[in-house]
Amino acid sequence: MQRVMASALFRPLTSKWGMQKRWVDGAPMEALASKFIKPNDRLNSFERLEIYNRQYWFRVLDCLYDDYPGLRAVVGERRFMKMATAYLTQYPSDSFTLRDLGNRLEQFLRAEPHWSAPREELALDMVRFEWAQVVAFDGPAHPPLTPDDILDTPPSKLQLRLQPYLTLLELNFAVDDFLIAIKKRESDVLRGEASNAMNSAPKAAVVRKRVRYPKREKVHLAVHRHDNLLYYKRLDQEAFAILTSLSRGITVEDACLEAVTASKRTDVDWSAEIKSWFDAWSALGWFCRTP
Amino acid sequence: MPANAFNGFTEYGIGIGLRVPHYRHILAKKPVVDWFEIISENFMVDGGRPLEVLDTILEQYRVVQHGVASYFGSADKFDREHLKRLKRLVKYTNTPWLSDHLCWGSVDGRYTHDLLPMPYTFAVARHTAEKIRFARDYLEVPICVENVSSYAEYHASEMTEWEFLSEVVEQADCGILLDVNNIYVSSQNHNFDPYEYLNNVPHHRVGQIHIAGHSKFEKYTLDTHDHPVLDPVWKMYAHAIQRVGNTATLLEWDDRIPSFEEVHHEALKANEFRDTQLATTAS
Ligand SMILES: [Fe+2]
Repeated sequence: MQRVMASALFRPLTSKWGMQKRWVDGAPMEALASKFIKPNDRLNSFERLEIYNRQYWFRVLDCLYDDYPGLRAVVGERRFMKMATAYLTQYPSDSFTLRDLGNRLEQFLRAEPHWSAPREELALDMVRFEWAQVVAFDGPAHPPLTPDDILDTPPSKLQLRLQPYLTLLELNFAVDDFLIAIKKRESDVLRGEASNAMNSAPKAAVVRKRVRYPKREKVHLAVHRHDNLLYYKRLDQEAFAILTSLSRGITVEDACLEAVTASKRTDVDWSAEIKSWFDAWSALGWFCRTP
Repeated sequence: MPANAFNGFTEYGIGIGLRVPHYRHILAKKPVVDWFEIISENFMVDGGRPLEVLDTILEQYRVVQHGVASYFGSADKFDREHLKRLKRLVKYTNTPWLSDHLCWGSVDGRYTHDLLPMPYTFAVARHTAEKIRFARDYLEVPICVENVSSYAEYHASEMTEWEFLSEVVEQADCGILLDVNNIYVSSQNHNFDPYEYLNNVPHHRVGQIHIAGHSKFEKYTLDTHDHPVLDPVWKMYAHAIQRVGNTATLLEWDDRIPSFEEVHHEALKANEFRDTQLATTAS
């Protein structure tokens, strides 16, 4: 019974937010519902099951709507809802917490790029960026390394572990600036709604003011938290390369050497530059002890 | 019952649900609140802001854990990861008791994130009671199960909801979190007398009470938790504490959440009913 009912709840609603009239085998849904659900004096079995079907979809769609404003802006509001419905139909929640609801969105968008056409790459950048924020918000942290921990290890042997809440992203678009602009627009709309003051912009005008899609440019980003607040930090390409190497278990010496060798920049005092990066990363607590 | 085995022999008064929009007010103003109910799943995370807030709350307030995803009624076995995280949190908060719902919500590892009603059969009661016992033994904390509001009934049911609830808690030897609003909502949707429900559950097992607001639609009543407690629910609450005694009570307000003061003020109305009840008992 639970299996049948859950399958019924997981089936998408119609375009009018109602339960589908037919079951997967083509039989009338009312016939299936009345097999296990009693009608009452006001509602038949179909209508009673429909309350749960609607409740399920409103809850999960609301959750993705709130958690992925950037992706929503990239694909467009209406298509986002259709995309989210297709995604959840293919990947119903596999976790006890709604926090994880979008954990396979990237995978889904890679497999079904038509949902984000013609901005497939931008959508992928955005969904990776927004998922990284979920991780940075409440992902695990290990005790940060102290200078004493690494005092005796030479750079040629030294391997550093990065905090699990930290995500390094190599992006084709400046989705960080784009998301900030999107969130600002949404809060302007909300303020517009909350106030009846004469000088506040009419809601429709604010809504119509679109945020321009970002231009193509290489961006290296670290998404992390500090004092439990969420941050995104732009990184130089070489700094990004070093951190990425470290996260793969490459020693500090090799990671720096590779990054500097690959760099096209000249006239750089690399030892000073690298030292300042490591100082900043240590201060942020990005390096941690192996648990 | 004021203090019993199911609420860890505590005498808690009126509590408030800890909700994100109130964090700033609570942390800055430190209002006097008897206890906070937290949604366990919101804090079963590995780090970051949620745990920082919880730490601060735990320093100053008593906290009771309320879960939404244990799904005692799911045919599935327990999600091991969920139980492990829950136990870690129980140790962390030192909650005197723990509550979750008498419902199901997941199948084959897929989650509906809803509190779905159960078929009221003896076989289902036995299975559910076994899971509650297992959870209690594993988590090492008393458990109270909460009656949910429902919008559907099953042909398979062999008894009333209150008979089913009684059957489960007797077999599991656990407590009840009596949600008075949920009884009212279900009584409207299924045409039963809510007082018959209140009168026919094992009163000595009630460890906690929930009150909340609901919304009435043309053909059904929804458990929305988005406005003050309505009169019929207050009346039922008064009746409930007359039967079970002065019990830890929590007002649920989960949607369109107003200011902290407003929620607290609404919750404290419950004190009036308690005082009237005590006066009646004394005279
Ligand atoms: Fe409740």
